[in-house]
Amino acid sequence: MDWLNAVLQGLLLGGLYALLAAGLSLMFGVMRIVNLAHGVLAVVAAYMGYFLVHNFHMNAFLTLIVVVPVMAGIGWILQMGLFNPSLKAGGLAPILVAFGIAVVLTNLLQALFTADTRSIDAGMIGVQSIQLNDTIYIGVFPLITFVVGVLVIAGLQVYLNRTRDGRAMRAASDDKDAAQLMGINNRRIYAKATALAIGIGGIAGVFLGIRTQFSPTYGDATLIFAFEAVIIGGLGSLWGTLIGGIVLGVAQTVGAQINPSYGVLFGNLVFLAILAFRPTGLLQKAVNS
Amino acid sequence: MSAPAAVAPVKVRRATKSSWIGLAVIVPVLIVLALGPYIISRGLQQNLVILFSLIVLGTMWNLLAGYGGMVSIGQQAYIGIGAYGLVYIADSLGIDPFLAVPVSVIIAGLLSLPISFLAFRLSGGYFAIGTWVIAEVVRLITMQIDAVGGGAGLTLTALNVLSPGRRIAYVYWLSLAAVVIAVLVTYLIMRSRLGLGFTAIRDDATAAGSLGVRVTSSKRIVYLVSSMGCALAGSMIAANTLHITPESVYSVQYSAFMIFIVVIGGMGTIEGPIIGAVVFYALQQWLSDYGVWYLVILGVLAIVVVLLAPRGLWGILSFNGRIKLFPVGYRLVNPLEKFSVIKSKEPAA
Repeated sequence: MDWLNAVLQGLLLGGLYALLAAGLSLMFGVMRIVNLAHGVLAVVAAYMGYFLVHNFHMNAFLTLIVVVPVMAGIGWILQMGLFNPSLKAGGLAPILVAFGIAVVLTNLLQALFTADTRSIDAGMIGVQSIQLNDTIYIGVFPLITFVVGVLVIAGLQVYLNRTRDGRAMRAASDDKDAAQLMGINNRRIYAKATALAIGIGGIAGVFLGIRTQFSPTYGDATLIFAFEAVIIGGLGSLWGTLIGGIVLGVAQTVGAQINPSYGVLFGNLVFLAILAFRPTGLLQKAVNS
Repeated sequence: MSAPAAVAPVKVRRATKSSWIGLAVIVPVLIVLALGPYIISRGLQQNLVILFSLIVLGTMWNLLAGYGGMVSIGQQAYIGIGAYGLVYIADSLGIDPFLAVPVSVIIAGLLSLPISFLAFRLSGGYFAIGTWVIAEVVRLITMQIDAVGGGAGLTLTALNVLSPGRRIAYVYWLSLAAVVIAVLVTYLIMRSRLGLGFTAIRDDATAAGSLGVRVTSSKRIVYLVSSMGCALAGSMIAANTLHITPESVYSVQYSAFMIFIVVIGGMGTIEGPIIGAVVFYALQQWLSDYGVWYLVILGVLAIVVVLLAPRGLWGILSFNGRIKLFPVGYRLVNPLEKFSVIKSKEPAA
C-alpha cells in the first residue's frame, strides 16, 4: 500500500512539474530560447506570494491575482529588453543572457531575503486531505495543483490552436521570416509568449512555495525538474510535458520510498535513461530545431 | 583545360609581428612566475593557485563554448572527479600525490567519453541543462559513497609528509605547469587541422560537414580535452584547499565563474579567458566585502558584454582581433606586395 501511495503522490507532484515546465516548453517552442532563468523566476514568484501572505495577510491563492500579472509583466520586459536583443546578436547570446539573468536574480533574492528557507502558509487547505481507504490519503492541495496543471496545459493548447495570437506564435515558430512577411510583429509576439510563459511560471512558483520550503537557490532544482519533464515528455508536445512531469514525479516519490535520499537521484536517472534509450521523449513530435 | 597561369610563389605565414612581441612578453613573465616560491609569501602563492585554476577553467570552458559551440553548465562534474580522484588515489591507495594528479585526469577523460554520448543527444540550451543534470547525478552518487566520506567529504593528508613551505611551493609549480599545459594544448588544437575544422563548423556546421569535417567527433575530442582540463583544475583546487566536500567541488558556481571569465575576457580567443580570469579574480577580491552583490554585478556585466561587446575585453584591447599573441591563423604573404592579403580565424562574433 505504501507503494501505491507513493505512485499516487508522485502523480500529483507531476502536476506541479508540468506547470513549471509548461513555460519552459512554450518559450523553446516559439523562439528556440531555453530560458535558464525559468526556475529562479518561479522562485521569485514564490517570494512574491510569501511577501503578500506574510505582510498583508492575503489568502495564499488570492496572491495569484497580483503575482501572475506582475510576473507576466516581468516576462514582457525581459523579452523586450534582453531576449530580443540577444536573439538579434545570435549565436550563444540567448543562452548566456538567460544564464546571466538567473545568476543576477538568484543573488538579488539572496541579498533581499537572506538564504533562510521559507514557505507560503496556505491555511487549512494546505494541510487537509481526503481519505481514500485505511492507508491512502490524498492531500487537498496536491490535488488542486494537479487539476490546475492539467487545466493550464489544456488552456495553453487551446490558446495556441484556436486564437489569433496562438496562430501567430506557431507561425513565428515555424518560419520567423515568413511570419514577419505576413504582417506578424515577431518581437511583440515573442514578448507575448514570454509574458505568458513567465505568468504560468508565476502560478507554478506560488504553488511550489505552498508545497515546499524554498530558498533563493531553489531555482536551480526547479529549472532542472522542469527541464527533465520537458525532455522526458518529448520536445514540442505540451501533453508530453504533462506526462513527463508525472513520470518524473512518480520516479522521485518511488525513489524516496526506497530511501529518502534517493528521491531526486531517481528522477535524474529516469531522465538519463530516457535520454539514452528514447531521446525523442515519450510523446514524440517532429521538432525542427 | 588550360594549364594554370604562372603565379608568383606565395608564402604562408602563421606568426605575426604581435605574436613575436607576445612571446617576448610571455616568456619573461613565466620565468618570473616560476621563481614565485623564492620571492613571494605562502599566502600569495596560495592565492595565485586560485587564479591559476581560474585560468585553466576559463581556458577549458572557452575550448568547449568559444570553439566547439557547446555551452555547458556541468563541467563541475569533472572538477569534482579530479579533486576526489586526487584525494582518494593519494590517501586511500597510497600513490604519490603528484602521480595521482595525472591518473585522476585520465580517469576523468575516460568517464567523459560515455557521458558525452548522453550529453550530445541534446543541443543548445538543452545541452547546457543536460550537462548540469549529469553533474548533479555525479554529485549525488559521490554523496552515497561512504569510501569517499559521503556528504562530509575528504581531507587530503598525503601532502603532509612535506613541510608546509615545500607543499605550497610544489602545488604552486604544479598549478603554473597546469596553466601552461592548458593554454599550450588549446593553442596546438586550434593551430591544427582540428582547429581549422572548428572555424568551419562555427561559420556553417552543415557546409563544414559536407566538406569532410567530422563535426560530432571534433566536438567529442574537445569535450574530452575540456573535461580532462577541468579535472586538472579540480586536482589543483583540492591540493590547495586540502579539504573537499561534494557541495564545494561539484558546485554549479564554478560554471558561473567559467562563463563570466570567458564572456568578460572574450570568447573564442586564447588570450580572452586569461585576461578574463585575471579581471574576474580582481573583481572577486575587490567586491568581496559586498557579499552576494558581487555576483549580481558580475551577472549584469556579463549580460552587458554579451549584448554590447560580444568580443569581450580582449576584443577591445586587441583592436577587434588585429593583435594576436597566439597565432592560430594562416596569412598568405605575396612577395610582390608586402602585406598579408587574406585574414583568417577571427574570434567568434
